[in-house]
Amino acid sequence: MLLIACPYCGERDETEFHYGGQAHVAYPADPEALSDAEWGEYLFVRANPKGPFAERWSHAAGCRRWFNMLRDTATHQILAVYPAGQPCPSAAQTGSVIA
Amino acid sequence: MPEHLPEHPDWLWRTPNPKRSYDVVIVGAGGHGLATAYYLARNHGVTNVAVLERGWLAGGNMARNTTIIRSNYLCEESAALYEHALKLWEGMPEELDYDFLFSQRGVLNLAHTLQDVREGTRRVNANRLGGVDAEWLDPDQVREFCPIVNTSPDVRHPVLGATLQRRAGIAKHDHVAWALARKADAYGVDLIQGCEVTGFLRDGDGDRVVGVQTSRGPIAAGTVALAAAGHTSVLAGMVGLRLPLQSHPLQALVSELLEPVHPTVVMSNHVHVYVSQAHKGELVMGAGVDAYNGYGQRGSFPMIEHQMAAALELFPIFARAHVLRTWGGIVDVTPDASPIIGPTPIGNLHLNCGWGTGGFKATPASGWVYAHSIATGAPHPLAEPFALERFTTGALIDEHGAAAVAH
Repeated sequence: MLLIACPYCGERDETEFHYGGQAHVAYPADPEALSDAEWGEYLFVRANPKGPFAERWSHAAGCRRWFNMLRDTATHQILAVYPAGQPCPSAAQTGSVIA
Repeated sequence: MPEHLPEHPDWLWRTPNPKRSYDVVIVGAGGHGLATAYYLARNHGVTNVAVLERGWLAGGNMARNTTIIRSNYLCEESAALYEHALKLWEGMPEELDYDFLFSQRGVLNLAHTLQDVREGTRRVNANRLGGVDAEWLDPDQVREFCPIVNTSPDVRHPVLGATLQRRAGIAKHDHVAWALARKADAYGVDLIQGCEVTGFLRDGDGDRVVGVQTSRGPIAAGTVALAAAGHTSVLAGMVGLRLPLQSHPLQALVSELLEPVHPTVVMSNHVHVYVSQAHKGELVMGAGVDAYNGYGQRGSFPMIEHQMAAALELFPIFARAHVLRTWGGIVDVTPDASPIIGPTPIGNLHLNCGWGTGGFKATPASGWVYAHSIATGAPHPLAEPFALERFTTGALIDEHGAAAVAH
């Protein structure tokens, strides 16, 4: 069971949340210029690391707001929670969060 | 049901040291890797083959699935592939000379809503057109076929009917792996356990692989064939290959041993649980994947709670059954819930992944078509639609929800 600290509501059970997949995937800046392969990559290919992964979550049964989370997919340790639109914390920053 | 599990000999395969070089190195000694090695030897005469396994043989998803075999998929490409598998399953105990308790006790897919009924009847018709046996049962027929299902109209999710595939069923998964391993070994295939792939050997230009780096030294290979299920992304990442895969934990659980009470496999997409009874007597249950990515080989407690609630609604008779143990495997899910089989943009590197929640049932066909692709350099006709290119061309085989199970 994940205990997720919503940036707006505080710690809640994972059952209150909806998962949104990889964070920081930007819509193509110039969509017209993309090849089929590049479109396929944008639509279908996401990072799938065994380790730290920046991902989107929505507090679906709470404030309904989206935010980002850095989580280790092998250990399920939550390394950082941060508002959408902010850059992903660096390893050093998450290190300080864990400490 | 058979009274006893089959006896097996003390030694089913050799434990060789890896040679310096093989024609084909298969990464992953699960069901699909072992079936690929077996059919490479049997169908194509390719026997200079090693199957490398990081842990122990068939100790990954092959040891963690719910052993259900069926071919009632909606899309014709999928139905053809899984039906090929089912036909192979029907001949395998004799061919492999090993009783792995393949039991064609049928699979019911329950319908609880009008939309479920429409989806189910459509799938029955699609299956019949594709040469796959399928029937539609009304609630009375469901009760007749599986008397322990609660078909009362007075429950929250009443049973409005079900699809039935009579040729579907279960098999003893460990014994399937051992049977394939024994035959592959007899053909001369080296099954090497405790041998982790840590990198790939590349040629000068770097656009071809020429072998693998392992925890037991470098091994040269004419072809490297991945069959690593949930960990395919990790391996592909070592050669800079990004794939349309997301890895999720999928849990299963078993009850204590019970008298034989459950005559078939029952799946319910809507309340979401699937239940069968193993030969020894455990109720074997599963449900969907955890929504978020994970490699931890354990799932979350809410998924267990969810499937237990669903199981109790469908089977009030199980209210006092105790859970014996739960576990999780890591499944590799593609955006269209269909596998990826065939070559990669990197020379000599082949891919067999993305089976998601349904790889076990495909085991023989997966090995059959993958061996064909590796041995001949051209895709098997059944595997051709499942090439990696479909994520560029857009020719997806979208089985989400249509494959009689929610992914």
